[in-house]
Amino acid sequence: MMSFTVLIVVLPFLMFLFLGLMDSKLKPAVAGLLGTIGLATVAILSYITAYLYFFQVGKVEHVWQPITALNFNWLQVTEKLHIDLGVLLDPISVVMLLVVSTVSLMVHIFSLGYMHGEKGFQRYYALLSLFSFSMLGLVVATNIFQMYIFWELVGVSSYSLIGFYYTKPSAVAASKKAFIVTRFADMFFLIGILVLSYYTGTFSFAELCNPTGPVLGTTIGDTFMGWSVVSWAMMLIFMGGAGKSAMLPFHIWLPDAMEGPTPVSALIHAATMVVAGVFLVARFFPVYYFGAPEVLTIISYIGAVTAIFAAIIACTQTDIKRVLAFSTISQIAFMITSLGVSNYGGEHGLGYMASMFHLFTHAFFKSLLFLGAGAVIHAVHSNEMKDMGGLRKFLPITNITFLIACLSIAGIPPFSGFFSKDEIMVAAFEKDKIIFGILYFTAGLTAFYMFRLYYRIFWGESDKHYHHTPHEGGLNSMTIPLIFLALLTFVIGFIPFGKFVSSNGEPFETSVNWLVASLSVGVGVVGILIATVMYLKKNSKPETMEAALKPLYKASYHKFWFDEAWLFATKQIVFARISKPIAWFDRHIVDGFMNALSTATNWTSRKIKVVQSGEIQDYALAFFVGALTIAAMVLFL
Amino acid sequence: MGEQIIFYVLAVLIVAFSILSVVSRRILRAATYLLFVLIATGGLYLMMDYQFLAAVQISVYAGGIMVLYIFSILLTSHAGDKAEKVSWKRHLPAVSVATIGLALCAHIIYYNVKRVASLDLFNAPNMQEIGLNLMGTSKNQYVLPFEAISILLLACIVGAILIARKR
Amino acid sequence: MTTIPLEAYLVISTLMFFTGVYGFLARRNMLTILMSLELMLNAADINFAAFNRYLYPGQQDGMFFTLFAIGIAAAETAVAIAIIINIYRNLKNISVDEVNKMKF
Repeated sequence: MMSFTVLIVVLPFLMFLFLGLMDSKLKPAVAGLLGTIGLATVAILSYITAYLYFFQVGKVEHVWQPITALNFNWLQVTEKLHIDLGVLLDPISVVMLLVVSTVSLMVHIFSLGYMHGEKGFQRYYALLSLFSFSMLGLVVATNIFQMYIFWELVGVSSYSLIGFYYTKPSAVAASKKAFIVTRFADMFFLIGILVLSYYTGTFSFAELCNPTGPVLGTTIGDTFMGWSVVSWAMMLIFMGGAGKSAMLPFHIWLPDAMEGPTPVSALIHAATMVVAGVFLVARFFPVYYFGAPEVLTIISYIGAVTAIFAAIIACTQTDIKRVLAFSTISQIAFMITSLGVSNYGGEHGLGYMASMFHLFTHAFFKSLLFLGAGAVIHAVHSNEMKDMGGLRKFLPITNITFLIACLSIAGIPPFSGFFSKDEIMVAAFEKDKIIFGILYFTAGLTAFYMFRLYYRIFWGESDKHYHHTPHEGGLNSMTIPLIFLALLTFVIGFIPFGKFVSSNGEPFETSVNWLVASLSVGVGVVGILIATVMYLKKNSKPETMEAALKPLYKASYHKFWFDEAWLFATKQIVFARISKPIAWFDRHIVDGFMNALSTATNWTSRKIKVVQSGEIQDYALAFFVGALTIAAMVLFL
Repeated sequence: MGEQIIFYVLAVLIVAFSILSVVSRRILRAATYLLFVLIATGGLYLMMDYQFLAAVQISVYAGGIMVLYIFSILLTSHAGDKAEKVSWKRHLPAVSVATIGLALCAHIIYYNVKRVASLDLFNAPNMQEIGLNLMGTSKNQYVLPFEAISILLLACIVGAILIARKR
Repeated sequence: MTTIPLEAYLVISTLMFFTGVYGFLARRNMLTILMSLELMLNAADINFAAFNRYLYPGQQDGMFFTLFAIGIAAAETAVAIAIIINIYRNLKNISVDEVNKMKF
């Protein structure tokens, strides 16, 4: 019955083909309109799907069931192993459908105004549709291999969109960096998939994630160097997810990816692609919990460390998009940590539910933040904080919506960020106090740097002089998405998420843990207050603080030198020690062999061609000798 | 008895003059020696009771072709020119090939040919028979090659004129 | 009529033939090469006639072969000499060493 859902995936792909092939034959306005209409259709279909799933067909005996809307056998690898393509609907995939389609639609509308007049407008919309297709295909994947295929497609779309301004060397470098880093991580992902499928004999999620199924039943025995093969496979798969989701140490590509157009950053690098890693772990959660619990612990620690590192770095960055990028890294780390500290089953799976809930709310307020930043950049024509200040007079709508998003991310009720972040804190508090402590401190830092950002843009130097007066233009294609997202941010916190999403399908009620809630609100308020004191009006407190914490400031400003470390590793170790010898081998031995063959042939030919001397008697001699030889052979053999 | 003597004389003539022909360094002398070889061959045909063949040999070969050769020799070189000595680099392979071939054929002759000591009595073909065979159309009769050779001769005449005419 | 064996004729023709081979391979003047060719042809003719006379006395195939061979030899000689005259006109020389342009 639900097989119409395949249209959700196919429609953006057709739109990509059409816009991509027609490219400059379409007027930009037409291309933009077509792309937006396509996405609007997809969004409506997703809402219908969500309605049908959550309110009509999804629940069987009070447990949410996965529904396979479509599954066809694409490639038969061996008799038992086959790669399918299909559409799987279960609570998290339907939630992701909603997120992806809504944010994508908002970005499409916003780009009509933001990218107006840009060269390559049609290509931009074609690539946006390609990305939407890839992401939607990823979230409804029925088996891990389909997810991997779309995973790579998402990487390609991201590469194309980051490098959209392909004449800018920094953009080209950033797109390459993004693709190579994620591709490197995906190598581990692929190995993990292969190991897992080899030992379990299947790619399909339905079989793998079944707690009583083949994975968890039969492969417990095989071990390798102390860990079971399932643990190895899941660790490798997580590393792939860590690459896409910018966890330490693979986070280096995300700040540079801000070279792309700002709506792209909003769509890909805030709300959808970067949460693919979170979605992956959530999808495999039964396997992680039952088959590889030690990996879950590792995951939670990686997440916590990433969160705090990213938050520290964000405190000193001056490019507003970089601040938001590190904020994204930090928030995704929250989601991953939440999955890491989760248990399984009903209300024990609080971390699972909180992670998905935070994914849901974060998508909306982070994309709102990015789109707001885009509006600011569009008005001021610069990314740097020093070129901004006092913009609340010129950009009123942007001001209000940005403020709402900042309050949400800082965890202030009644905005949605409070509800989701609070659940994460509760889950961490119940599992591991150290992780709770780290996350608590990070939440405070989050509030601080977000309001630093807000004040520096909209308050700060209130009498700053601008060459071109920044203007907003009232209600137009750029402000309407901002307003819509702000409304969503305000409202969705009240959804009882646990009734819809949980680790094993059983809905559960969540109640407020007053201790943790008040603690987290408290630390958020403290962060906001410190930021207000330092940044509301222009003063010298930031400089004194910087001087006081000089080494930490320096480390944070240079992003803890992770980029330099990776560059050293690749240039000095991989290129010099590994690639150079291999290149030498290829050039001198492989090519040399081929050249030697050709030289030998040439030499032989030069020696042999003397036979064609042109002398008649030589030919006659050869003729006679041949005739005699044949006669002799016939006679004597 | 008498036959044997004539045969041996003819044989010696043939072999000696053929060797002289290929070895002689003056061209006109080589041509002359070749002429003697051809006449002696005609004699050999007479010994085999092929009178018509002998006549054709002497008239066509010795009389026509050798004249042609002598004309062309006189046209293309000064009579009395001495050809150069053959370098031994060219000499060696020629001699070796010839010797090996000779050895091979001698071997064949020695081991494979039955010793036929006598000639059977037979009627030498008379001219009428030869004429009828030449123009006859049934089996073993040669009108087709006859006509074919006439066309060949036509082609050769035309070709030779075409090739050698003055521009 | 009774005392000359077949092999005697064959020996003569063989000697003549290989003398012609030697002459063909060793001589420089084109006309002398052609003359060696004539020697080879003649040797073959003697073979035909001898075999016909000794082994198949009732038939005359060998004689006719020889007849035709003589005719063809004449035609071929004529054409060859025409070509040689042409070469002589262009190169002023009829040594085979001069006509080696069809080489590598």
